[in-house]
Amino acid sequence: MKWGLVAFLTVATVVLVAIAWLQSGGLKQHAMFAAVTPEEAVQALMSQIQAHNYQRAYASLDRSSDTDLASFTRDMAGSDGSLRTYSSLQTAEVSPLHADRDQALVRVRMNWSSALGSLDDVRDLHVRRDGSVWRVVWPKPAFSAVPPQVVSVNYLRWDVIGRNTSQNWGAQEVDSPKVRITSMNAISRPGRVVILGEVENEDTVPAYLNVNATLLKADGSPIDEEGSFDLISHVLLPKQVSPYRIDFPGVRMDAVKSVRMDARALLVSASADPVIAVSDQALSKDGLDRNVLKGELVNQSGRPVNIAQVLAAYYDDSGKVIWVSDGYVDQALMPQVPVPFAVDIPNDIAGRLKNYRVIVNHYTQASN
Amino acid sequence: MMRTSRGDFTLCKRLTGLALLCVLPSWARAAELQVPASVEAGQAFSIPLEGSGQATFYLLGPDHVVKRSVSLGSELPIQSGDVRTAGRYQVIVCGSSCTSAGFEVKAAQPAHLSFFLHPSRVPVSTPGSIDATAFVFDRYFNLVLTPAAVDFQITPASGAGFSRQVSTRHGAAWMRMDSTPHEGRVQVTAVLGNVEEARVIQQVAAEACALRMKAVTSGDMVTLETEPVRDCSGNALPDGTVVSFTKIDKAGKSTVDTPIKKGIARVQFSVRGPAQISVACGVVLGNEVALGGKL
Repeated sequence: MKWGLVAFLTVATVVLVAIAWLQSGGLKQHAMFAAVTPEEAVQALMSQIQAHNYQRAYASLDRSSDTDLASFTRDMAGSDGSLRTYSSLQTAEVSPLHADRDQALVRVRMNWSSALGSLDDVRDLHVRRDGSVWRVVWPKPAFSAVPPQVVSVNYLRWDVIGRNTSQNWGAQEVDSPKVRITSMNAISRPGRVVILGEVENEDTVPAYLNVNATLLKADGSPIDEEGSFDLISHVLLPKQVSPYRIDFPGVRMDAVKSVRMDARALLVSASADPVIAVSDQALSKDGLDRNVLKGELVNQSGRPVNIAQVLAAYYDDSGKVIWVSDGYVDQALMPQVPVPFAVDIPNDIAGRLKNYRVIVNHYTQASN
Repeated sequence: MMRTSRGDFTLCKRLTGLALLCVLPSWARAAELQVPASVEAGQAFSIPLEGSGQATFYLLGPDHVVKRSVSLGSELPIQSGDVRTAGRYQVIVCGSSCTSAGFEVKAAQPAHLSFFLHPSRVPVSTPGSIDATAFVFDRYFNLVLTPAAVDFQITPASGAGFSRQVSTRHGAAWMRMDSTPHEGRVQVTAVLGNVEEARVIQQVAAEACALRMKAVTSGDMVTLETEPVRDCSGNALPDGTVVSFTKIDKAGKSTVDTPIKKGIARVQFSVRGPAQISVACGVVLGNEVALGGKL
């Protein structure tokens, strides 16, 4: 009886310690510090990043990594109110590219989920053997910074004084901005019909714009009505042109007889800053062999831009818009610092496009 | 317009009035009431009542009903507040029998103008682009249907002003005119007697015309600057108008959408080797500049 109680208490203690070890990430930590293949090392590192255990993830890196904890955390968790700070790592697909006895190159495709959709981040990581385990060599993140300076910004801003509601009928009012759809093209895509084109603010004041389309049958009755949602630059400054795209999932082109377009503009307060340059745009392939339009964004103002969205319109040789795609940039645009971007292009579009144009939507926190 | 807040209550009264009008005609064969054929809105008057004794008086108007006890054989005063709304009124007096009469209340003298000037912004030199519509009301906001001459006085920011007189039809005077070739504020005033209402319209520059830029290179940087951006009438496009610069060199394509500041748009690019640079404002293309030979 006496020995039975001792045995029970010993077993119970061991079980409780094991549970605590598992709950505190001991298994992952063990896997990370005991990775016997390069893929396991990367996978274990990704698990820690997914769990926001940046300190442990950093501790597992190879000593030759040219980074510190703060830079590593900033690289993975984001900073300056960027989209990455509102994202979490959803999945990480690991695939070996090359391996020898002591070194390996592993490709990891990180899929981050955010409020604005999923974002891919593909990196090729060097992995080194350290005794019996493998460790990831983390490259030094390239955080460019401009020297401390004062940037003078004499930006333009439009404010709106609306009509006083207590005034009589017929009192003076300010009209909504005049916008015009300059082109519209209906195309058939797998499983959907897509309406795309461009719209211009023809007025001398800024406009907040929405473009809606209604697909009509031969008898004039509507099939479906959709809006451009985020595939448009909603705020257009005077004479600015934005592409738009409206998707109609589940609709077949042969059912559509005509399309009714509706561009609605509201007069809003707006600022002409920041100006964001889109430099070094070029068509190329990414690490996953997809067609992409790559380039760099340069914020030319003195304030950070927290979230940027790239909108690209693609034209055929007759100048017709044949596709509109977009992509969010998960880094903040710090003043004067180039930030790379890439937006996908479907393969069939890439073969036909002759020209393209890129504009940038941006969001800046008011408190910055 | 002024009475919409009382709409439900008014409708109820009107229905009551209509019901009375349906029920009472048989009583109305008694002594006739002497009422004026028409009166001006807000003008008090009286109706002589024949006979003796007490009676009940009803006044059914377009937006309200009055009921009170009256003494026959005296003058029945109709107060100005009871006939403020233009339209058809019915008077009913019920003693031992009922009698009724109708009269018209017409709008009083013009006292208000509701003036619509559309649009509030218009590009210069655009034919038939400005609409001016004035509605004439009396002091009680009854639409004045009697024809009246409304004078539209147009005062541009520069140049001589002019005016156009238009007679109202069914209470409204309307005219259409072209925008003038010069940007700036244009005041349009609708005048009727001593009543006037002013509105302002902003004439703005039209599309850019003959858009041109020049390039100044310094090392591997090029500064591009437009000439003052103007429309075909010579008006400067307002600051904030977006001008797009596009550079193509061996590094790819670079674009900057930059707003006009102080009449010109300026941008800086780095260039690597030969480059082709173009400029556009909205749908208007400007000149092209080739740097370092052809691409």
